[in-house]
Amino acid sequence: MFGKLTWTAIPFDQPLPMTASLLVLVGILTALGLATVKGWWPYLWREWLTSVDHKRIGVLYVLLALVLLLRGFMDAIMMRTQLALATSGAPGYLPPAHYDQIFSAHGTIMIFFMAMPFMIGLMNFVVPLQLGVRDVAFPVLNAVSFWLTATGALLVNISLIVGEFAKTGWLAYPPLSEIRFSPGVGVDYYLWALEISGIGTLLAGINLVTTILKVRAPGMFYLRMPVFCWTALASNLLIVAAFPLLTATLGMLLLDRYVGMHFFTTDGGGNAMLYFNLIWAWGHPEVYILILPAFGVFSEVIATFSGKSIFGYRSMVLATMAICILSFTVWLHHFFTMGAGADVNAFFGIMSMIIAVPTGVKVFNWLFTLFRGRIRFEPPILWSLGFIVTFVIGGLTGVLMAVPPADFVLHNSEFLVAHFHNVIIGGVLFGGMAGVNYWFPKAFGFTLDRRLGLVSFWCWLIGFYVAFMPLYALGLLGMTRRLQHTDDPTWTPYLIVAAAGAVIILGGIIAQILQLVVSIRTRARRRDVTGDPWNGRTLEWSTASPPPSYNFAIMPQVESRDDFWRRKQLREPPPAPQYRAIEVPANSPNGFVVAFFSVVTGFALIWHIWWMAILGLACAVTTLLVFGWTERTAREISAESLAAADLTRATVSRSP
Amino acid sequence: MSTGAAQVAGPAAVSSVVAYGFWIFLLSDIIMFSALFAAYAVLSGETAGGPTPGQLFDVRRAGVETLCLLFSSYACGLGELCIQRRRMVGFHVCVAATLVLGAAFLALEIDEFAGMVARGAGPARSAFLSAFFSLVGLHGVHVTIGLLWLVFMVAQIAAQGPKAFVLRRLHCFSLFWHALDIIWIALFTLVYLMGTR
Repeated sequence: MFGKLTWTAIPFDQPLPMTASLLVLVGILTALGLATVKGWWPYLWREWLTSVDHKRIGVLYVLLALVLLLRGFMDAIMMRTQLALATSGAPGYLPPAHYDQIFSAHGTIMIFFMAMPFMIGLMNFVVPLQLGVRDVAFPVLNAVSFWLTATGALLVNISLIVGEFAKTGWLAYPPLSEIRFSPGVGVDYYLWALEISGIGTLLAGINLVTTILKVRAPGMFYLRMPVFCWTALASNLLIVAAFPLLTATLGMLLLDRYVGMHFFTTDGGGNAMLYFNLIWAWGHPEVYILILPAFGVFSEVIATFSGKSIFGYRSMVLATMAICILSFTVWLHHFFTMGAGADVNAFFGIMSMIIAVPTGVKVFNWLFTLFRGRIRFEPPILWSLGFIVTFVIGGLTGVLMAVPPADFVLHNSEFLVAHFHNVIIGGVLFGGMAGVNYWFPKAFGFTLDRRLGLVSFWCWLIGFYVAFMPLYALGLLGMTRRLQHTDDPTWTPYLIVAAAGAVIILGGIIAQILQLVVSIRTRARRRDVTGDPWNGRTLEWSTASPPPSYNFAIMPQVESRDDFWRRKQLREPPPAPQYRAIEVPANSPNGFVVAFFSVVTGFALIWHIWWMAILGLACAVTTLLVFGWTERTAREISAESLAAADLTRATVSRSP
Repeated sequence: MSTGAAQVAGPAAVSSVVAYGFWIFLLSDIIMFSALFAAYAVLSGETAGGPTPGQLFDVRRAGVETLCLLFSSYACGLGELCIQRRRMVGFHVCVAATLVLGAAFLALEIDEFAGMVARGAGPARSAFLSAFFSLVGLHGVHVTIGLLWLVFMVAQIAAQGPKAFVLRRLHCFSLFWHALDIIWIALFTLVYLMGTR
């Protein structure tokens, strides 16, 4: 009746996971209870759960990312304290079976459910506004994408309470991840969570590519698009080209596990190295999918807060697209030690070094934009400056590892762990934080507290260096990654310093939470009535904060790069607007309902509850068919109400 | 919204946005197949002592399958032209041909699979057969979904008439059906023709 699912799946005998899961459960139930008691459900359902507005969906993505950042960080601080304690023969407090799940969950969550939704959320929110249009190409599909991503995140977190998570690392390499060596449900949780959220990500990518290429305001030529739109285009092209590979590869592993096929098994002619090649043919583009939007954020922030247009716009565009293409030619550097031979390793080593060139071009462009700029040191640009320094260090250690002989020494060591945290925290996460501090007033209509923003930035920056610089040293001393305990006493000081670094980062996270709370409580006096709190350059600042559901009452007519800046310099009143009625898409519960049934289906497949899987899938398909059968209704907003809304805004922003 | 040919005129028409987006989806689908093609290329020699491609494949049957699929696509294209001109009888004849030929393709494929499984050459026998059943089977699943989709479209047109949003989806189906041809041509060549050389 319930497949492999029995009461033993719930870890009653293990106090630590049990406490953690109870805390999560209590948290969720409190949130749901509060919403019920306060009568928030109709509002939540109408304005958020069924919303197809790209801005709302963008906010939901970022919210998901921040919640999962907390979950992933808890894993991180547990690992750091374990390693600080479990030295010189001490066992620490996390048994190996649990520790293995923690590092696997940490990697999976931070990449797929923190970094990805963070970047996709920012792109979703900003790109249509920057392009001067009213929504993405496919608004309902956008909601489906988000809710499928949330489905994956939920499945990973259910594994905390029911069953176990994978103990195979964040990429679940076979043969360890095959049914013979990992007979539990952990790997299945991993696989189904990523298959379902991967479909969501692919659909999001298709949506944004189509938006950028087909849905732009009049006059918005390619070479007038803000750099963020270019990086979003490159990133989403990579999603479209790379995520199908992930889906197929994980699908093959699923077939191995569920129907006894032999793609990657040790018997029957299977070939585990095939998995390594396929997964990294997705995996390396993936890191550029993450970093390119962050590059875009920094380009916008640095230009705005330097009071200059971006230096070398065309070279920025070229560098972005060069990275987009080159990212598919470097995947083998993740496993030089496979033994593909000197020629193959040399090719991929050289390609990996070449890809540093366009990145270097970008760094110089940012520096030259700052040069002789009138820099205002607000939190967004501090994150950007912290990024430039940190990312260059991370990039250089990456180039070092691109040298195959060096990589043979450093492969799978703590040096590698330090390197990729250096670029992902220093690049993607700093980019996300810069983006949140920069666009928050646009999304919610009030600015974030500056002082706490600075505290959070400095804690993160210092904490990062304290936590990860020792890992470079440990890697060179010979410590490999994914160790549950160590027995070399000379490593102990480094591990204790690294744990202290994690605690400093915790301070940064607490400051961020406080920043949100304080800003919301004092929002009355930090309202942004102008819609342009930073003296911005691009079109998103030309509309109200928060923007109306239709973004722009009149679609802007673009005449140059940084068009809003140009208009501000004109100092002559714009011609009297000619309002015309517009249609905005009606809400749709489609995404939420499909995701609900996806959770049911995914959970049933993980536990081999076949009837429930078929039922869930049938319901999800039926939902889509009903959607396909009905004609979309649109809500019309009349010209009069557009004019009235604009008038109110003009009056408010002129009053002191 | 249009301000002359020399300028970007603003957002494209819905019909072209939908077709464009669907094309990008099809490209991603082709990339998913490319991973399975790669797996097949690597594993097609790994028979683990079991039957080899040469012993299992019947090129004649695969050739007939190819013809069924290509003519099914041709009928589908004619059907779309018919409905654009509102020739409903012609449309229904073409759709019937599309469905029958597509179903014939599927029947031949299922028969092939059943015969192989009966000979002890199922997907769990060897890495080669895992790759074969997954690659060809995934294409078969696409064809099945396509047939169900077409039936749904016919019902929708019967119930709601050829409305603009229905025709946009029919166009997407048409693109989908042609993309399956492209994949099959590669599959026929790499799996069947090269496998029985």
